[in-house]
Amino acid sequence: MTHPGTDLRRHERREALLVLALLFPALAVVTVLLVVPLAWLAVQSVTADGAFSLEHYRRFLAEDIYWRSFLLTFRIALIVTVLALGLGYPVAYAAATLPRRWSVVVLGLVILPFWTSVLVRAYAWMVLLQRRGLVNAALQGLGLTDQPIALINNEFGTVLATLHILVPFMVLPLYATMQRIPRDLLLAGASLGGGPAHVFFRVFLPLSMPGVVAGTVLVFVLALGFYITPELLGGGRTFMVSMLVSRNVEIYNQWGAASAIGVVLLLCVAALFWLASRVVPVERIMGAR
Amino acid sequence: MAAAGSNSGVNGGPLSGGSIGVSIRNATRRYGAFTALDDVSLDVAPGEFLSLLGPSGSGKTTLLGILGGFTVPSSGSVHFGEADVTFVPPHKRGIGVVFQNYALFPHLSVAENVAFPLRARREPKGTWGRRVAEALAMVELAGYEDRAISQLSGGQRQRVALARAIVFRPRLILMDEPLSALDKQLRESMQIELRRLHRQLEATIIYVTHDQREALTMSDRIAILRGGRLAQVDTPERLHDRPASAFVASFIGESTLVPVTRSGPDSVALGAATLRSARPLPEGAALLLALQTEKLIAAGDSVPDGYNRLTGRVTDIVYQGESLKVFLALDGGPEISLRQPAHHAGRRAIPPTGAPLTALIHPQDTIIVPAESA
Ligand SMILES: Nc1ncnc2c1ncn2[C@@H]1O[C@H](COP(=O)(O)OP(=O)(O)OP(=O)(O)O)[C@@H](O)[C@H]1O
Ligand SMILES: [Mg+2]
Repeated sequence: MTHPGTDLRRHERREALLVLALLFPALAVVTVLLVVPLAWLAVQSVTADGAFSLEHYRRFLAEDIYWRSFLLTFRIALIVTVLALGLGYPVAYAAATLPRRWSVVVLGLVILPFWTSVLVRAYAWMVLLQRRGLVNAALQGLGLTDQPIALINNEFGTVLATLHILVPFMVLPLYATMQRIPRDLLLAGASLGGGPAHVFFRVFLPLSMPGVVAGTVLVFVLALGFYITPELLGGGRTFMVSMLVSRNVEIYNQWGAASAIGVVLLLCVAALFWLASRVVPVERIMGAR
Repeated sequence: MAAAGSNSGVNGGPLSGGSIGVSIRNATRRYGAFTALDDVSLDVAPGEFLSLLGPSGSGKTTLLGILGGFTVPSSGSVHFGEADVTFVPPHKRGIGVVFQNYALFPHLSVAENVAFPLRARREPKGTWGRRVAEALAMVELAGYEDRAISQLSGGQRQRVALARAIVFRPRLILMDEPLSALDKQLRESMQIELRRLHRQLEATIIYVTHDQREALTMSDRIAILRGGRLAQVDTPERLHDRPASAFVASFIGESTLVPVTRSGPDSVALGAATLRSARPLPEGAALLLALQTEKLIAAGDSVPDGYNRLTGRVTDIVYQGESLKVFLALDGGPEISLRQPAHHAGRRAIPPTGAPLTALIHPQDTIIVPAESA
């Protein structure tokens, strides 16, 4: 006969083992796909000619193309984020407050572009925006301009196409948060004398802030690392950090330098994430609640 | 505009803003083919405490929504005093609403929640502090100003919701089952508190509940809803003594409905027994006798004059704390139940299971209602 206490403890131990077993595949995948490459990245970034060296980091101070590229990247990411918030908030609001039938339509339209590849969408923008593209032809046809306007191979094209791809990443966390705001609170606000604007600014907007933070962080971080779209629509002139990395690898075969850039960018993102998590708990940013 | 009414009541507290009559005329609300509210007309006097009572889905919340402006009636109209407010949006109605789940703003503190209506109405900022403190004192939550909503118990939340609904002196307050989430003890003390507040505020209160005891405790009048229609609107006493239908008779109190036949202008036959009622019988051929458990008396050795008698056999005795519930199979007929106080004398009057027992009921308590026409 065993003591009931030991029984319980054995049961608990078995449960803990079971949980571990269930977690194992996920842990293994994360380790192989994330932890190992990151560690490798970190090691590479401090290695030159097979020995430890900070040479790759010293370059950040020496060459101003690094500086300017980081600044440009952060600026574009910021512009894209602000625009995505401005465009995404009303869409999410509509999806969250319209009757169910219509909100499904709105969300469907938001999600639809996910079914086409980023590459295809970038080329589509090129077709539309190039010198003899649809947009320029239309503008000239209407007599609004005499000459084609430069719409791609610059910041404008980069921002526009990046924005197009990232807006859904703003809308979805916003929608998830808004849709959880109890309708009763809005009715209560109205019954207590709050007009529509007052209820929006005093009740709805503050309660949607977790979604705003989540969407903002998500879009900003994604925009920081965007590669294909800026590469195709920036025409080499909008030199973002991701392109800096690829040039280092493809042209100069400088894995160490590329790794160092990656590490710096990662640290920037981590710092941002940490700042954001001080405002809103991480679980919320990730959309869990 | 909310506090435009008189504010001069001698016994009115600092928050009293006068009261206003409400009149609902032929209000109907349809959802597609379904009629949630069917031609309801109801007048509520200024300062009255009226409860809407009815089973789930009977249209109580729908009716309250029409009063609050959250739901527009498909037809009919709503009047506050002289004014037709049928299409006036909620924020212009000047009413206080307490929602079933409180609907407190989770991102605001207690004081900010209570100040919300003052801010929304652009009341002078200098008065907010004092008025919030007054309202919180009224619900006995003084000193809780800076608490977060998540740090309050259910009963405290309920009281914050109440303070928020009364702080701007509404002339009409709507409450949708505000006490349903509370435990029995707290609910009963809140009922007493609400009665006190009602007197102090002098506001008209329309109160939704599906707890008949709660409605009886607090209301001047009770409107009983059934399937979107008003079954009866009356004082608690009259609902008890003169239910208009079998539905009301079975819904109010605890009663057994027994089919009887007409045997005279004011008497009915139940098996061999004849029962006299103090009131004339209703029209119609099919009649029911509504036997309320607490109105039946177990006859002891002596049978007083003037009572109707029902004889039968005890089939079960259930001890329920303060009372006994005794089941009695009537001679040649249905089973009824009666409630006997659990004190010694009361218990001695009940014979053991299987023994014969005579139950008495006074003609004043003998209630005859028309049977439902199917
Ligand atoms: N928006 C709506 N669409 C369709 N039907 C509705 C809607 N709102 C209410 N109903 C229906 O109207 C009827 C009355 O609903 P209501 O909410 O008024 O009931 P209630 O008396 O408040 O019930 P409860 O005691 O359960 O709260 C119900 O049958 C309900 O299903
Ligand atoms: Mg309801």
